[in-house]
Amino acid sequence: MTINRRAFLGTSAALTAALATPMIARAQATPRVVVVGGGSGGATAARYIARDSAGAIDVTLIEPQRVYHTCYFGNLYLGGFVAYDDLGHGYQGLAANYGINVVHDWAVGVDRDAKTVTLASGASVPYDRLVLSPGIDFVDGSVQGWSVSAQGRMPHAYKGGTQVELLKAQIAAMPQGGTFAMIAPPNPYRCPPGPYERISMVAHHLRENNPTAKILLVDPKESFSKQGLFEDGWNRHYSGMITRIGPDMGGAVVEVDPTAMTVTIDGVVEKVDVCNVIPGQRAGQIAFAAGITDGNWAPVSAYDMTSKIDSNITVLGDAAAQGAMPKSGFSANSQAKVAANAIVAALTGSRAFPARYSNTCWSLLDTDDGIKVGATYEASAEGIVSIDSFVSQVGETADVRAATYRESLDWYEAITSDMFV
Amino acid sequence: MRSARALISALVLAASAATSSPLLAEGDPAQGEVLYRPCRACHMIGDGAVHRVGPHLNGIIDRVIGAVPGYDFSDDLVNAGADGRVWDADALDRFMAGPRDYFPRTRMVFRGVRDEQDRLDLIAYMLAEGGRSDSAVMDAANIAIDPEVATILAIAGDVPYGEYLSSECTACHRDSGGSDIPTIRGLAPASFIAGMVDYRNGTREHQVMNTVARRLGDEELAALAAYFARTE
Repeated sequence: MTINRRAFLGTSAALTAALATPMIARAQATPRVVVVGGGSGGATAARYIARDSAGAIDVTLIEPQRVYHTCYFGNLYLGGFVAYDDLGHGYQGLAANYGINVVHDWAVGVDRDAKTVTLASGASVPYDRLVLSPGIDFVDGSVQGWSVSAQGRMPHAYKGGTQVELLKAQIAAMPQGGTFAMIAPPNPYRCPPGPYERISMVAHHLRENNPTAKILLVDPKESFSKQGLFEDGWNRHYSGMITRIGPDMGGAVVEVDPTAMTVTIDGVVEKVDVCNVIPGQRAGQIAFAAGITDGNWAPVSAYDMTSKIDSNITVLGDAAAQGAMPKSGFSANSQAKVAANAIVAALTGSRAFPARYSNTCWSLLDTDDGIKVGATYEASAEGIVSIDSFVSQVGETADVRAATYRESLDWYEAITSDMFV
Repeated sequence: MRSARALISALVLAASAATSSPLLAEGDPAQGEVLYRPCRACHMIGDGAVHRVGPHLNGIIDRVIGAVPGYDFSDDLVNAGADGRVWDADALDRFMAGPRDYFPRTRMVFRGVRDEQDRLDLIAYMLAEGGRSDSAVMDAANIAIDPEVATILAIAGDVPYGEYLSSECTACHRDSGGSDIPTIRGLAPASFIAGMVDYRNGTREHQVMNTVARRLGDEELAALAAYFARTE
């Protein structure tokens, strides 16, 4: 008797199946957590879940970019205080140190019944628990005349990475005495002091390189984070350079023309050289694809950051509607640790501890002039609530301000280690 | 002012002529007292001084380095003491100029005193207020721990809870390095708790740390101390 091809293949297939079955059974016994988004929320969650479960949970992190550039400190790069490469962080540590399966692809869909995530490549990734930390996307039509297709001429530079590089190059290329315009976003948005720190850092750069240039800040909001501190700093360091047009002066009735490079404020046309449009914001697209949003954001429980629409899904960071915490990298990192503790406890039976959150946002006004605002938070049925807070004061000594700035440098090293190392 | 300074210097000299380094005579203890204010957050000196975040400095002049009982010193300081080195004026001057330049692994988080005269004034104050290693002030110094710290130290810390709580710390405190935000891994429980109690009470001021500490109860501090003591 000769072994024909079909019989051979059949035997081989049976053998493969016999070998494979126990492996599949084992794999299925290990709970699977899939994390979408490798920023402050997602990278921290993946790292803490993998570390604290010590192999008892299979963790996959889905992130399209191989190198993550933090949005925070992007303004310091614009001001010339840090180098672009200092903002970049790879995922090798998460794979090597914690056995996290890092997949560089876009998550494009979530099947909540089948509990799978669909990738742009077409692959499907099954999960027991899903963590979505997609950050922000922009609200269409938020700024008249601007769309994402115009971001090459009028950058948002509000997601980190190449957009921030582009904005810096545009600022460097401004003619002497030219005009930098910013269209600030309406609430709520990522990093409340961010636009105003950016104004400070652009002013710093211009004062050193283009001292007759002007800054036009068009703002739809009546007031903004750390306003008194920022305005005091602008008066001390950049007197006469910055003009803020608030809603009382038409700051909420603005239209841009990326081709003509004009900003029209309440009917008055201004020609500008650089225009940084930071549009209104909403949760990253995957939250909408998953069907867990209500309005622009994904509502979550304050106790463990699980979605109020699907308790198998956790939402972290900017995308979540959680209550009182500002949308910041620090907040996302804090929320990720609470969520990681809850997820590891639910999947392995380890101890769960009460949620506790904190946030601090540092901003740089000028060389060695740092300010900060922060708070501690706890969970309630109504959402995350603040229990205590602090903010820098106008009139602090130069030593205090310099120390605050130096602290922010140490914080940056610490939080990026807490995410990636 | 001039005469007071001269008088104190003369007294100091008279008391310690035999072993005094010339440096000791060059400082102004009154000026040193003003300069010492920020040091007080961690180092008590004078009557009733006890260890806080840092060791008390009674009898610091000519004290054996890293050897005073009841405080957990870094290896660098312990080794220096084992080699017979003492805090003479020269050692204090070099240490205060740049603590980590002198003892790279010291746990003292302080950038240093740049001005030489300021360092001399501080040394003069420490001599006037804390005395020499064999002085009466040193004998009287009670190395008993602050009662609030002692209460928390007596609690058996819940290490897993401490590990969870520590995740709030690691957003800003790295495992190693950090010049303005120090590492807290491996900190002795007495030092950790003393520091946090000072932040909680507001006797040591720092906006972030005061806010963080105010919501930490004794159980939480004990848990954190137990966890950090296990890390290295």
